Amino acid sequence: MTLSTLLEHEDNWPTRLGYASVQDGTVSLRGHDLLNALEDLSWMDMLMFGITGRRFSSEQLELFQGLWKISASYPEPRLWNNRIAALAGNARSSAGLSLGAAIAASDATIYGQRPMIGAFDFLQRARAACGGGQTLQSFVARELEVYRGIPGYGRPLRSVDERLAPAERLARKLGLWGGPHAQLSIAVAEILRTRRMGMNVAAIAAGLCADQGLTSREYYRLTLLAFTAGLIHCEFDAATHAEGTLFPLRCERLHYSGPASRGW
Amino acid sequence: MTSDAAPRQEVIRTSIWQEEPEPDNPFAAAVCRCRGYDVYGELLGKASFIEYLCLLFLGERPTQVQAKLLEILAIALANPGPRDASVHAAMSAGVGGSPAASALMAALGVGAGGLGGGREVRVAMEAWEQLGCNLSDWEAFLRHPPHAERADIWPEMEHAPGFDPHAVRCATPVAQTLDTLAACGAGPHLPWLAGQRLTLESAAGAPLAMSGVAAATCRDLGLSAEQGEMLYLLLRLPGAAVHALEQAQLGFKRFPFFHGAVKYVGQQPDNE
Repeated sequence: MTLSTLLEHEDNWPTRLGYASVQDGTVSLRGHDLLNALEDLSWMDMLMFGITGRRFSSEQLELFQGLWKISASYPEPRLWNNRIAALAGNARSSAGLSLGAAIAASDATIYGQRPMIGAFDFLQRARAACGGGQTLQSFVARELEVYRGIPGYGRPLRSVDERLAPAERLARKLGLWGGPHAQLSIAVAEILRTRRMGMNVAAIAAGLCADQGLTSREYYRLTLLAFTAGLIHCEFDAATHAEGTLFPLRCERLHYSGPASRGW
Repeated sequence: MTSDAAPRQEVIRTSIWQEEPEPDNPFAAAVCRCRGYDVYGELLGKASFIEYLCLLFLGERPTQVQAKLLEILAIALANPGPRDASVHAAMSAGVGGSPAASALMAALGVGAGGLGGGREVRVAMEAWEQLGCNLSDWEAFLRHPPHAERADIWPEMEHAPGFDPHAVRCATPVAQTLDTLAACGAGPHLPWLAGQRLTLESAAGAPLAMSGVAAATCRDLGLSAEQGEMLYLLLRLPGAAVHALEQAQLGFKRFPFFHGAVKYVGQQPDNE
């Protein structure tokens, strides 16, 4: 990239996504008239078509939406991103600011987006490695050695993941169970069983979605809104409680370990 | 009522902040100490804002050189100007009548990334931590930046961290900021960067950017990469705030909409 790149793009944004015409009100999404030709598009269908440029079957779309519900929208204000939403509601911020802040926080490391992307990426790399002749055992061992953990395996608060069975049940019901990445996620769980790294829903969800042909970049965009129902629920609930009452802390609950009192 | 465990008195652990409650209200603080200093009983009126900021980040009262460095950096970063993407985002919030917080959140979100944002400062600081002031190591790093094996929320850096992929030469304000900071008597990173700038720019294939100057300054302040990223995000907000307020007053009709700029180059609209 050079100065010429900027000059080329001055008042010029070429795109394959779409546009909204100020002149005639036409709205085009990837070449299709969004307001007329795509009027029967479901919201999830539109989201995935806009992200990928590809259309998915109704079963696949139901899988994506079902995984959102199962994996990420707990009505639990103690969970960290939900807590941000709830604190905002209880501190009488706007619902929009609450949601924006909480979604941003969901780009997290011990939960949320990083484990989800990480699990997806891990399964894709594992499949490629096994396709290249490496054993799954040796691939897993190297990951543990280099990174000291594998996204999608292990969980910060509760080691057994109650979401695995519903996720599998959903995929079976839709006829989308048994793809290579999902199978791989189960095989990895078997390898890690002795290490107290129980499989969590991020691994199985990643496997199921990888089997639908998504890339890791596409998967990240799909999962961005996975938490939103729980976030909105927690915000709204907290907004109906008396203001400032969510987890109040006494001064004495600050456990201070810094320098002793001193003069400036 | 269901509950998964009996309530217990959990605490927030901190080495930064200590409070003593008012005698009649355990939820209100009568005394607040920051790293041992009584903020409202003593610091107010004695410490400058920059000194207090140093105390918060560094844990100790700053030296004169540290305070000077941070003051210069704070002024240099305070307003990236309305053409900067983070300020552009804040103005877009302002012009649409969005809440004040959304303007700052927009500036933070847009200004957090790998091009001129907090992420770039952090990556550059991590490079400083690994490479120090070793010129040959820096040249090798800039010519062949390492690639992450695993996918992450952050996209891969598309240019050498701390350098401006679009610039023709080091921008005058960047050079002026570096010269001023390097003359403060701090070190070793800023003077070394000033001395090796042209060599490093050659290896990077791009001129030094303000993010690169900020990264070196944060290193000389003794900050970690994580602290530098956070401070950089914080210091760039004042400009975003005032430009958002200004454009909110002027209104959307006097703010660029980029009429005619979006050109559809994909599949042609069908006749459905």
